[in-house]
Amino acid sequence: MTMSGEQTPTHAMDMSTVLDRDVSTQSLENEDICLTIDNVDLYYGEKQALFDVNMVIPRKKVTAFIGPSGCGKSTLLRSINRMNDLVDGCRVEGKICLDGENIYDRGINISDLRRKIGMVFQKPNPFPKSIYENVAYGLRLQGINNRSTLDDVVEWALKGAALWDEVKDRLQENAFGLSGGQQQRLVIARAIAIQPEVLLLDEPASALDPISTLKIEELIYELKSTYTIAIVTHNMQQAARVSDYTAFMYLGKLIEFDATDKLFTNPSEKQTEDYITGRYG
Amino acid sequence: MDKSGLTEHISQQFNVELEDVRNKVLTMGGLVEQNLRDAIKAVVDGDSAICDAVIHAEEQINKLEVAIDDEITRVLARRQPAAGDLRMLTTVLKTITDLERTGDEAEKIARMGIKMASIENERIRVPFIELRHLGNDVRLMMSKSLDAFARMDIQTACEVIESDQEIDEEYESITRQLLTLMMEDPRNVRRAIDAMWIARALERCGDHAKNISEYVVYMVSGKDVRHSSLDEIAKAELEDSVSS
Repeated sequence: MTMSGEQTPTHAMDMSTVLDRDVSTQSLENEDICLTIDNVDLYYGEKQALFDVNMVIPRKKVTAFIGPSGCGKSTLLRSINRMNDLVDGCRVEGKICLDGENIYDRGINISDLRRKIGMVFQKPNPFPKSIYENVAYGLRLQGINNRSTLDDVVEWALKGAALWDEVKDRLQENAFGLSGGQQQRLVIARAIAIQPEVLLLDEPASALDPISTLKIEELIYELKSTYTIAIVTHNMQQAARVSDYTAFMYLGKLIEFDATDKLFTNPSEKQTEDYITGRYG
Repeated sequence: MDKSGLTEHISQQFNVELEDVRNKVLTMGGLVEQNLRDAIKAVVDGDSAICDAVIHAEEQINKLEVAIDDEITRVLARRQPAAGDLRMLTTVLKTITDLERTGDEAEKIARMGIKMASIENERIRVPFIELRHLGNDVRLMMSKSLDAFARMDIQTACEVIESDQEIDEEYESITRQLLTLMMEDPRNVRRAIDAMWIARALERCGDHAKNISEYVVYMVSGKDVRHSSLDEIAKAELEDSVSS
């Protein structure tokens, strides 16, 4: 008995594309490395805060630092643009290299360094100026005062920080009139206006409500196509959501550093597993 | 829950991930449906080329199951989905198990068909028409289940759940027919048993389709209708249509 008129089966659908499209190939070996951290020890006076930290931060990816309070994650982040220089008695040993150049070398100009490595803090810290002037500030410091150039950059940076639509009609109003989430995005706009290579975010969403937090996270996702991002967060779910790579720190030591997918589904270290599953302490 | 709700998250990446999971399930479902169709054809025609195609597609189905599992594990770890998103993902985890098993049954059917075709000089004609009829009904059921999943359509899902009873009746009827053939002449027994296995496999595929529809009801309404009577399911459907 035959069933005429039916086509021969065509199973050879292009399965390879369906299957290969997003099988995770996230691996440090395939990354372009932006920052390397080599044997870094850091002391606050007598007290050692970081112990022999070795890791790399890949370019145009989001790298998250997680760990309990006091584990050294913020300290490490701050040492990446030498914010710790401002702390009395702080001493750094080892090397942190940006594109192969040690940022702790004597010849390094700190202003140049911080122009390349921007930073955003936990609490939004806009200047008591207009929205426009907040974003233009870094450019004015560089001596750029051409009105149309500034206009262009302000618009570009505010768009980049996903804030333009909300503020375009009130650029001359004081920045303090914005909501917390908007202020934080303004600060990010100010940071990207000078086109840094690296953005360091120290708990950028911890003072924000859940929706503003999601907006910041979405912004981080968009920014990584242009910038290398390192983020410190208390919220490990946030790290899981936004980052490509995650570093888990504990008591000043780097315990595990791996692709986020791997670290959150199958960590190599027992300590990491205990922390991310809520068994720590 | 509306289908379009899947793509309304603030996180675009989350939207992409959910859409992707959903598309992969539908791709997998399409392969399973096609394989059921081909398996029945392999039985009726005794065509070993079709059987080979079924076996090849079965490998793809297995790979998709593993890929979807892997992707969902990552999404759960990264996004901590809640409510409708969470139900969608747990539903998918179960759905692909049923799809994969349906794929296994289809392969079994195709192999059995080739085996039967290779036995010569048998005295009876297997009830091909009835088997094909049962097979088509089961395939239709699977197809409707996948439709219900894709469109988040609780009504279609309930129809599938109801239709499982007809499949069971058809299966009973084929069993009776084969029993009669066996009693008529013991030389019929070997082929009749083979045909019985095929009917049994098809009936199991119907159960898998029904399972998937039950998951869909849960995904859409949040009500777990497994092991419920048809009356209770109808009630859940009614409540859903009132609330939406």
